[in-house]
Amino acid sequence: MDFTFTEDEQMIIDAVHELGSEELQPHASEVAEAGEFPYEAIEMCREMDIFAIPVEEKWGGLGFGFLLWGAIGELLSYYCQTTGSVFGAHVLAQYPIMEFGTDEQKEKYLIPLTSGEHIGAFGLTEPNAGSDAGAVQTKAELHGDKYILNGTKIFISNGGVAETYVIIANLDPSKGTRGLTAFIIEKGTPGFEFGKDEKKMGWDALPNRELIFQDCEVPVENVLYKPGRGFRVAMGTLGVGRIGMAVGAVGLAQAAFDAAILYAQQREQFGQRIAEFQAIQFKLADMATEIEASRLLYQKSAWLKDQGEKFEKIASMAKLFSSETVSRVTSQAVQIHGGVGYTREFPVERYMRDAKLFEIVEGTSEIQRGIIANLLLRENHI
Amino acid sequence: MNIIVCIKQVPDTSEVRIDPETNTIIREGVPSIINPFDENAIEQAVQLVEEFGGKVTVLSMGPPQAEAALREAMAMGCDEAVLVSDRCFAASDTLATSYVLSAAIRRIGEYDLIFTGKQAFDGDTAQVPPGIAEQLGIPQVTFAIGLEVEGKKARVRRLLEDEFEVVEARMPVLISCVKQMNDPRRPGIKAKLAAKKKEVTVWDSACIEAKACLCGFDGSPTRVVRTFAPTRDIEGEKFEGEPAECAVTLVERLIGEKII
Ligand SMILES: Cc1cc2nc3c(=O)[nH]c(=O)nc-3n(C[C@H](O)[C@H](O)[C@H](O)COP(=O)(O)OP(=O)(O)OC[C@H]3O[C@@H](n4cnc5c(N)ncnc54)[C@H](O)[C@@H]3O)c2cc1C
Ligand SMILES: Cc1cc2nc3c(=O)[nH]c(=O)nc-3n(C[C@H](O)[C@H](O)[C@H](O)COP(=O)(O)OP(=O)(O)OC[C@H]3O[C@@H](n4cnc5c(N)ncnc54)[C@H](O)[C@@H]3O)c2cc1C
Repeated sequence: MDFTFTEDEQMIIDAVHELGSEELQPHASEVAEAGEFPYEAIEMCREMDIFAIPVEEKWGGLGFGFLLWGAIGELLSYYCQTTGSVFGAHVLAQYPIMEFGTDEQKEKYLIPLTSGEHIGAFGLTEPNAGSDAGAVQTKAELHGDKYILNGTKIFISNGGVAETYVIIANLDPSKGTRGLTAFIIEKGTPGFEFGKDEKKMGWDALPNRELIFQDCEVPVENVLYKPGRGFRVAMGTLGVGRIGMAVGAVGLAQAAFDAAILYAQQREQFGQRIAEFQAIQFKLADMATEIEASRLLYQKSAWLKDQGEKFEKIASMAKLFSSETVSRVTSQAVQIHGGVGYTREFPVERYMRDAKLFEIVEGTSEIQRGIIANLLLRENHI
Repeated sequence: MNIIVCIKQVPDTSEVRIDPETNTIIREGVPSIINPFDENAIEQAVQLVEEFGGKVTVLSMGPPQAEAALREAMAMGCDEAVLVSDRCFAASDTLATSYVLSAAIRRIGEYDLIFTGKQAFDGDTAQVPPGIAEQLGIPQVTFAIGLEVEGKKARVRRLLEDEFEVVEARMPVLISCVKQMNDPRRPGIKAKLAAKKKEVTVWDSACIEAKACLCGFDGSPTRVVRTFAPTRDIEGEKFEGEPAECAVTLVERLIGEKII
């Protein structure tokens, strides 16, 4: 196993460090406070070809692996959680088209998603289908050479802003997962509207919209993969999505840790820097250790994926461990800051609010434990 | 339109430290960057070629490591790069530097415009651009903040201390650029990777037919006698209290010292 980067990859990482420190970080608090989509930051990422990393050169990509993609995602979340979250949600449309799309679909949809000209979103969750993806009620009915969609998705990241949506609908809700079908749907398609934008505890500048389909006609050529095989598309997407979530969690946790270790050496109480108290030192040691372990987990899952090996179990472990890590680490970062940590003068309170989501989105911690246990029992079947 | 941009590789000033013993810049371990004003020169050149077509050649005199700056310039959109590098160029002052660069420019050949930065972040003299123009016998316009090109005419807006000045010059002309002229682009990953594969032409003194007596130490009439950091003999003074009272005290003191 080798997580070292080539000279070219290191050059890309350095360039993203520069972008992050010079352009993203200075505005990160402002962007979150304003609660508005970070168009400027995304435009800069687009100009830097950041969305092109894991895609084949044939489709306008750079042809690098998910290990590098992860390192870049971590940096984006480190410097600006909002930008990182848009990047994480974008791949949920880009990846399934890259993995399951036909050449025609790639030509039409993957190329603009890779250049960043178009932003992507992925719609699975519904009011009555969260952890239970098989309960999707959004119905797709075949009429000639079109499907007609009716139903509502909720919480969809990048909703409203994105041009390209990968939507999971059901041909026959009574069939559960066996009826699920993935569709590529363009913004502006008649019968496809946006509803409520959630007001949230964190991730303030990321839109999470309702997607409303009312007799929305989608041509058959926009079925992604095969009719009735949408569950496979959804699970494949979430597999990579989980690496993405782990990556974001590690970036955010590192930002919180860096803020905490800096503050601990500046703040004095009882005539000494608080970093000299063992109670603070032990917190810092635990935080750093957990971050390191989380990073190695996501790197291992990305590396396995790049080798074409089974990566799903490690990806779930990475997502589970890093999302619980980021919650603990950000909470400790606030603790180390004391009272000012609870104010909006310092970013750590925002980090703590942002952190919680990682334990919920793209499969809750409970669901991850279920997936991991299932895979373990399958591997160790007697 | 053929454009030449002269760039200098300088130490990243945000990371520069001064050796308190010798009062010189500590260069070891300090990353090198393109002189910031030269990025404005590159941006201007690339924009013009995007508008009118043509070619941008980026030129630097420096040690072999300056190749990195040239590659960065190509990632920003310059088409070709030339590095003039020779041991005999070492210890060149601004006159010798201008001579070497002008010799390289002659070798490059046809050009309509030469862009430079307003001054270098380290040397800081702002003497090289006028030096190049003089050696080439072409007009020069320094401190440009804006530029319009019309046929063979360049109309340049200059940023002076407290006014703008608009001048016209017939091309070929050398123009030195200030920071406010534009917002240099941040090259994308694709452009950076492509620039890594491009060729950088390297010329020594023979290639540009530079006369040894005009290069390096021999070609440099300036001698550095001593370098030192300015010392402050008088401590600053702070007036505290109501602003109006402070103003009165200050004015009285200035009158007392016969300053006003
Ligand atoms: C900010 C944000 C962004 C999101 N972005 C997207 C997006 O882009 N696309 C998208 O499709 N969805 C998105 N979601 C939805 C998200 O993926 C779901 O919220 C998540 O999967 C959990 O589903 P739920 O909210 O319905 O919770 P529920 O499934 O109702 O879960 C409630 C609780 O019950 C537990 N639980 C449920 N089932 C089990 C079980 N079998 N065993 C043990 N415990 C269980 C859960 O772990 C949880 O603790 C987003 C949500 C948020 C908040
Ligand atoms: C008195 C004196 C003695 C010096 N002695 C030495 C010495 O012994 N050894 C030594 O290494 N250096 C020496 N230097 C430094 C060297 O001469 C200057 O760095 C160089 O001439 C550029 O001058 P500057 O930095 O002031 O550039 P400026 O004139 O301020 O630069 C303006 C613009 O000219 C262009 N330009 C400048 N330099 C180059 C270049 N090399 N290639 C391409 N374009 C360029 C750029 O566009 C730049 O923005 C000396 C300088 C002086 C003033």
